Formats: sequence, structure tokens, C-alpha cells
Amino acid sequence: MAKGAVETEICIVGAGPAGLAAAAAASGHCPVTIVDENPHPGGQIWRADARHGVDPEVTEILDRVSTRGYSLIKQATVVAAPAPNTLLAETPDGPCTITYRQLILATGARERFLPFPGWTLPNVMGAGGLQALVKGGLDIAGRRVLIAGSGPLLPAVAAFLRQRGALVVLIAEQAPLRRLLRFGLTVLGDPVKLRQAVSLRQQLSGIRYLTDTYPVAADGDDRVRLVILQRGARVWSVACDYLACGFHLVPNLELAMLLGCRIVEGRVEVDEWQRTSISGVFSAGESTGVGGLDLSLLEGRIAGLVAAGNEREARALVGRRDRARRFARQIDRAFELTEVLRDLPSDQTIVCRCEDVSLGQLRPHNSWRAGKLQTRCGMGSCQGRICGPAVEFLLGWRAESIRPPILPARVGTLPGTLSRIDN
Amino acid sequence: MAETVSILIDGEVRVVTSGTTVAAAILNAGVVGFRRSVRGGFRSPLCGMGVCYECRVTVDGLVHSRSCQIVCREGMEVCTDG
Repeated sequence: MAKGAVETEICIVGAGPAGLAAAAAASGHCPVTIVDENPHPGGQIWRADARHGVDPEVTEILDRVSTRGYSLIKQATVVAAPAPNTLLAETPDGPCTITYRQLILATGARERFLPFPGWTLPNVMGAGGLQALVKGGLDIAGRRVLIAGSGPLLPAVAAFLRQRGALVVLIAEQAPLRRLLRFGLTVLGDPVKLRQAVSLRQQLSGIRYLTDTYPVAADGDDRVRLVILQRGARVWSVACDYLACGFHLVPNLELAMLLGCRIVEGRVEVDEWQRTSISGVFSAGESTGVGGLDLSLLEGRIAGLVAAGNEREARALVGRRDRARRFARQIDRAFELTEVLRDLPSDQTIVCRCEDVSLGQLRPHNSWRAGKLQTRCGMGSCQGRICGPAVEFLLGWRAESIRPPILPARVGTLPGTLSRIDN
Repeated sequence: MAETVSILIDGEVRVVTSGTTVAAAILNAGVVGFRRSVRGGFRSPLCGMGVCYECRVTVDGLVHSRSCQIVCREGMEVCTDG
């Protein structure tokens, strides 16, 4: 593994679909270095599986890239940008600085979590979160899983978990049926997506999928035992061993914000070549707006090609990317959060899990900054990554700035940063 | 047959399939309290992908290690707050 100091022409942060597609497109033209936080490349959708190893799609791309030379720095968490064109990452082998001429941010997305009474109980997890843990070797066979929240991820996770032997008791989608039907009509017009939808439907046969339905509370002793659901006026409880609950996805913007890239409507703003507002910095994939696998691959390829100076080849992909992006925005609209979800937390419900700050503690304040200074909301280990999107939905506050280190770093990682600044 | 590694979770030997993450191994061992929150409540993994820091445990003496991002290695010592 590379450590210490690395110099590269193109640095790509994130080895998910967008980052790997960018690497494949740029390699061969110039030296490429990929930095990724996980033990294995693949990102979330191609996450390595304890049972089956690295996803074949990832192996295929990396095989293609490796003939042209690239380096992959695994388990490297980027925590700061201590000097121009320089990133500082923390690795198990110590700090690593990466100096680049061009940077492609493919930092992906995370699940959006909304607070409700009991959401901090053990075994209440994200839907993608539970899937990731099962891929990491969690034995889910015979366990009762209630899947809730919102977005196209929910049925996909249900199919995956069922395949691993879980008993999926119900999928509770918060979006109203009429919005999903309207969205369904657009899928009907796309043969590939229609085929995927039909196949997923078959994999889910026998599992109830309820729209307009959301969890109002989770209850249990040392872990979740039952979940109270609501659909219109009907309220009922369902027993389960796991509640897998995520409300669609939000882009990971922290590194882009640190570098000063313009953020618009919660996405990294990019031009037709995936260039951000900062010269030499590109962004591709979910960080520019949640859009799924196809869009991430197209954006990654375009960013990689343009960074390597091959705009001609990139131009051929622009039309497809724009179509994929329009489709992605339809997904956003279909799964938009309903107003009623704002009423889920009580004043006693914890919003910031790192610092145990309740909604009632936040209410007297009028901005993210004021709330943070007075209550420590968003000042814990995750640095507002979980409570930030929740607070934005509940109270309309948004974090306007970010400071390094953008994630907790060991003291040994940071002196290098300071000496570089001194120099 | 899949390869296995042996690790210690809170002093007990656990044999896990090679490639298993520390978070998955802890859950498979029946432990749900990975860490205690500021107010003392038990917490377990939320995001599963290294963002939420709820799965923090001590791994080989290193505190605040994100167990979902670490793959089990032979002889690893894991301590939870559970």
C-alpha cells in the first residue's frame, strides 16, 4: 500500500462505480491514483461480500485499468486539504499526502436518516446499512426484518436480504401511491428499466409493499423488538429482529465543501464536463445528485476522459448522461419526503446521536450554527453527517461551512498538516 | 469449506468466516451494545458504511475504531462497551 507521500496526475477520491469508471477512462493517458476508505474497492453498490469476495464488476474494471497502471490506496480516509492540490488521508499505516494535478471527487452518497422515538435502539439500522453489514458477514438467515423509509433502495435491499434467508415482514414506503404510479409510467417507457422492475417484482413475490406508510416508533429492551407503523389513520405494530430504515440518499458533500466547490440544492454543481466551480476539480456520481448506477458510470467516464484531455470521446456520452440525469430527478420527485414525517420526533427524541442532543434542545435556536454552538449538535464523531440532513428536513437549517479535519483523525495524522501549512 | 479466522470479542474466542467485518462478527456473537452514548445508552451500527461512527469499538488497543470498516484478522482483540 502506498503511504507517506504520493504524487499523481489524477487523483480520484472514491472507488465506487463513478470513481472506477473515471479511473478506467483516464488511465492509459496519465498516472491515476484512487483513494478509498473501505477495505475493498466497489463503493456501496458493488460492495465486496465476505462470502463471495470483490464484486466481479469491480474486478473486471480493475483488470482493465491495471494493464495501464494505476494505484489504489485502500482504507484511506481523506481528512484535510493542507495545501493547494494536496489531500491528507489517514491510513492504517499512518498519514499519507496525495499531491495531484487534477482531482475527481466520486464521494458517493449516504442514507438519509430521520429521527423517530426509538431510532437509536440497537438493531435499528439503515436499509443500505443492514445490506452492507450482511455483505460484511452478518448472518441474517431466519431473522425477521422490517424494511422502512423511502426510495428504490428499499425493494432492492428486500430482495437481497430474502436471498440471504431473511424473513422480510414488510416494506413500508413513505411516498404516496399516486406519486409512485406516475413514476411507474416513466419506467414503462424504458425497456431496460422495465425489465429490471419486473425481475425485482418477481424476487419480492409474497412480500407486502405498502405505500403511504412510515414508522412512528421503535420499541424494545436492549434492542428493537417491535415497530409501530402508521398509514393514514391506521396505526399498528409489527414484531421484528431488525428495522432497516433509510429515507432515500443524500450526496456526500464534505470534501467538495472543504475545497470550496459550489454546492447548489444539496449537490456539487458541475458543468457539462463534470467540472466543479474549482479549477482542476471534477465531481462524478452521487455527489453531483443521487442518480444510481447508470448515471454514476456515465459521469465517471466523462470526468475521467475530460481530466485526461479526451473531450472528443466524452462528448459522445453527454446525451446519455443527460437522459439518465432527467430520470434521476424523477426518482427524487417520486420519493420526496412527505410533510407528516416532520412530526415523527417528539421533543425528547434524540436528533444528534453523537452528542445525544434532542429535538427539544434544538427548538429554541434559529440556525445550524446557533444550534451547534449551544447544544453541540453536529459536533461529534460523524461531524453532522447523520443529524445534518435530518435537521435540514426538520428545522430547515443547513451547515454552510466545514472545517478540517472533516472526519476524526488521530493526532499522529495531523502534525504533518501543520508543518505543511508552516512551510 | 470457507477459510476462518479466530478473534477475541470481549475476551471470548470467536471463529468467523474469513472476510467478515468486525461489526458483523460482533453482531453474530450476539452483542448489541457496541458503544455507550453520551447519556449512556447502548448503540449499534446504523449506516454500515463508515459514516455514522455508531459502531466504534476498541480493536487491538486502538479506541474509536469503526468496526464496519475493518476486516477480521487472525488473533485480533476486540472490546465493546456491551
